[in-house]
Amino acid sequence: MKLRTLVLGAAGLALAAAVAVPAQAKELKFAFQGTLNSFDPYNLNETFHLGTQGNVYEGLIRRGSDMAIEPALATSWEVLKPTQWRFHLRKGVKFHNGNAFNADDVIFSATRVRAEGSDLRTRISADTKVVKIDDYTVDFITTKPNPILHFEWGTWYILDKEWAEKNNAVSPQNVGGTEENYATRHANGTGPFKLVSHESGVKTVFAANGSWWDNANKEHNLTSVIFTPIASDATRVAALLSGQVDMAYPIPVQDQKRVDSNASTTAMVGPEMRTIFLGMDQHSDELLHSSVKGKNPFKDKRVRAAFFHAVNIKAIQKKVMRGNSEPSSLMIAPGLTSLSATHFKRLDFDPAKSKSLLAAAGYGSGFEVGMDCPNDRYVNDEAICTAIVGMLAKVGIKVNLLAQPKAKYFPKILAPNLDVSFYLLGWTPGSLDSWNVLHNLHGCPNLVDGGPIWKKEDRNKISRGKFNIGGYCNPEVDKLTARILSETDKGNRNTMIEKAWGMTIDDIAHIPLHQQALSWGTGKRVKSLAQRPDNQFAWRHVMMN
Amino acid sequence: MIALIIRRSYQSIVVMLVVALLAFTMFRYVGDPVAMLVGQETSLEEREELRVKLGLHDPVPLQFARFVVNTAQGEFGISYQIGRPVAELLKERMPATLELAFLAAIFALVVALPMGVYSALYPQKWLSNIFLTVSLIGISLPTFLIGIMLILLFGVVLGWLPTFGRGEVVSFGNWTTGLLTTSGWQSIVMPAFTLGMYQLTLIMRLVRSEMLEVLLTDYIKFARARGLADNAVHFGHALKNTLIPVITITGLQLGQLIAFAIITETVFQWPGMGLMFIQAIGTVDIPIMSAYLILIAMFFVVINLVVDILYHVVDPRLRVETSKGH
Repeated sequence: MKLRTLVLGAAGLALAAAVAVPAQAKELKFAFQGTLNSFDPYNLNETFHLGTQGNVYEGLIRRGSDMAIEPALATSWEVLKPTQWRFHLRKGVKFHNGNAFNADDVIFSATRVRAEGSDLRTRISADTKVVKIDDYTVDFITTKPNPILHFEWGTWYILDKEWAEKNNAVSPQNVGGTEENYATRHANGTGPFKLVSHESGVKTVFAANGSWWDNANKEHNLTSVIFTPIASDATRVAALLSGQVDMAYPIPVQDQKRVDSNASTTAMVGPEMRTIFLGMDQHSDELLHSSVKGKNPFKDKRVRAAFFHAVNIKAIQKKVMRGNSEPSSLMIAPGLTSLSATHFKRLDFDPAKSKSLLAAAGYGSGFEVGMDCPNDRYVNDEAICTAIVGMLAKVGIKVNLLAQPKAKYFPKILAPNLDVSFYLLGWTPGSLDSWNVLHNLHGCPNLVDGGPIWKKEDRNKISRGKFNIGGYCNPEVDKLTARILSETDKGNRNTMIEKAWGMTIDDIAHIPLHQQALSWGTGKRVKSLAQRPDNQFAWRHVMMN
Repeated sequence: MIALIIRRSYQSIVVMLVVALLAFTMFRYVGDPVAMLVGQETSLEEREELRVKLGLHDPVPLQFARFVVNTAQGEFGISYQIGRPVAELLKERMPATLELAFLAAIFALVVALPMGVYSALYPQKWLSNIFLTVSLIGISLPTFLIGIMLILLFGVVLGWLPTFGRGEVVSFGNWTTGLLTTSGWQSIVMPAFTLGMYQLTLIMRLVRSEMLEVLLTDYIKFARARGLADNAVHFGHALKNTLIPVITITGLQLGQLIAFAIITETVFQWPGMGLMFIQAIGTVDIPIMSAYLILIAMFFVVINLVVDILYHVVDPRLRVETSKGH
């Protein structure tokens, strides 16, 4: 028995030696907190999935390491008229299986991305017509002008029509279905890396694509990439410190120092685009979770201002985030607008003023309010909430905090339940543009202008303001938002955006807190990589030693 | 004997149904799977459609009935998140968990036995005290703490062992094993030790107390009177009689090891069923959660059934009772 084990062990050793990677191979091993579930690029509209799939698949455009729009599968595009865009496709591009890329694939992908089961249906609106002009020219005809038509197409990936048809993957995975979709574990893109194997929750292996169209200008020297999900923070940091992975993210803020002080690892911190903010129920006649009965204190702007003045954002930045946050006066990362970070000012931290505002509003002796907070969604989310509870206590507001996992938190606060009075949430606009934030977080959540807000029967039909949980409503802002959507002149558009932000800030629609920081860690084998502010890890910018 | 098996099987089915019901009731409180299934741009209307499609609005008894019928047919459905049949996923993850559990059990048995025997034979010696102290630590320190300490020491500071994963695996048809590669063995050392630590303590203390008791019995005295050598008395007579309860406990504990592997698997990112279960809870992936719970319940039921049958084989008194009927 023992002998057999020994012999088998020796055989295993020999096998391991035989498959050992040659010395010049540049293999990037990296770990992330979450798992990569389906590889179907239309399955889940989520940063990590789309970011990882973006190394294998490509869109008509792509975002550079500075987030600038670059040509990818389209070499150029022009706006023939405000409702008709023409895209010229790149010639000579091959999918990983050798099939040629052409207009049919774009039209197929436009249909598939809007099919049932797709989570990326908003990439192209349902009424947009996609017309093939010739094999390498495609027109997009919209019903209304849309100056940011292609802004989200960096993550609208183009699939091979023949491949999808051959493998019965014409539509995305149907949730609740009974059969596995071929695209769940197989991929056929045009990107710089090919999917070799995908075992969700265990390991995913990629190889560099030797015949990538952009290999002449490539910035990476990788031959293969291995991704392992490591959910436990301590284990992920240990894997990086011990050199078993070359890159890991996110690194918990409390471990950054340790990663940085270690000789062979470096912590990379950069600004992220996600804005963390506090929201208040401004539409209910009586708060669901409060000691105030018969009225809603948040309807009074003075109370909202008092809450804002009570928040000591410097303390949150220093103590809770350990410097890894950028306090914000805006509900969008300033870098995504034409505005400077100091254009709008936060209301100062001023407890005395806060108290006097509360007194003026008739709450001199304070009141009680329930607060909802996730504890596994944003960086130190629960700790931020706990800090805010303490800050509000100093001005006489007693906050009853309920911090719970996102699986419980989101269904509670989102429509149709809206079982919330005061909450913490984060938002990154998918299009990297102000309109998205104005529309989703500030639009009146009603079906018709002037209609009742968050009417019970209509809740599931709301599309404007669907994340405007507090029910903030300013018809003027709505009008402006609608005009921003279709204004094609850049200068005019920026002026309108600035005006809209001014109005919502003046109304204290929300209390913005900060943009949280990205926190990555790299090992010594990594020479350089680009940390994109949208937290996507693009391997085409990775150089290994 | 056959009557016993049939009777026991009926009871097992009842147990499984109760587990299914409990599991199912729990799912009402884990959260909304739809919120975990879609991105922020998905409209509220589409979210609602999805809920209807997944049958989340149906009355609970109806949902439960559907679940039981499907499960009875071996149909666990498709994972919401991973998009693959759950049965297939469990089959892929099972070897990792079973290998870890068996190795941990063997490790616990092999180490605990001599420790137990020694501390029973020489209760006054200093080494016995060390064994008892160490075993106290094993039983009182939580698994995740032991795991993290090991990772820190052997993975990060000394750099001897891998900090996560299963290393290189070799597959034979449906089975994958890490026991044929060096990296596989290196990877399993710490998780198996962590998982086996509690069992080790348990078995060592069991062996010690059983042995102490047996050493006082008459037949040991007679054996000594017959002038048998110490070794023959200790190992030939005393240990042999100690082993029966030990083996029973070890067998029963195997189910525990498989179920408790969740924590160890999380700490070491060991790609087994437990890790998948934990991740499924985080994302409210009901098909995976329910299938896992049913599977674990089945492990326990089967192990208990086997133990029951073995008792009847080993112990003639039980056989007589059964043949008489109750």
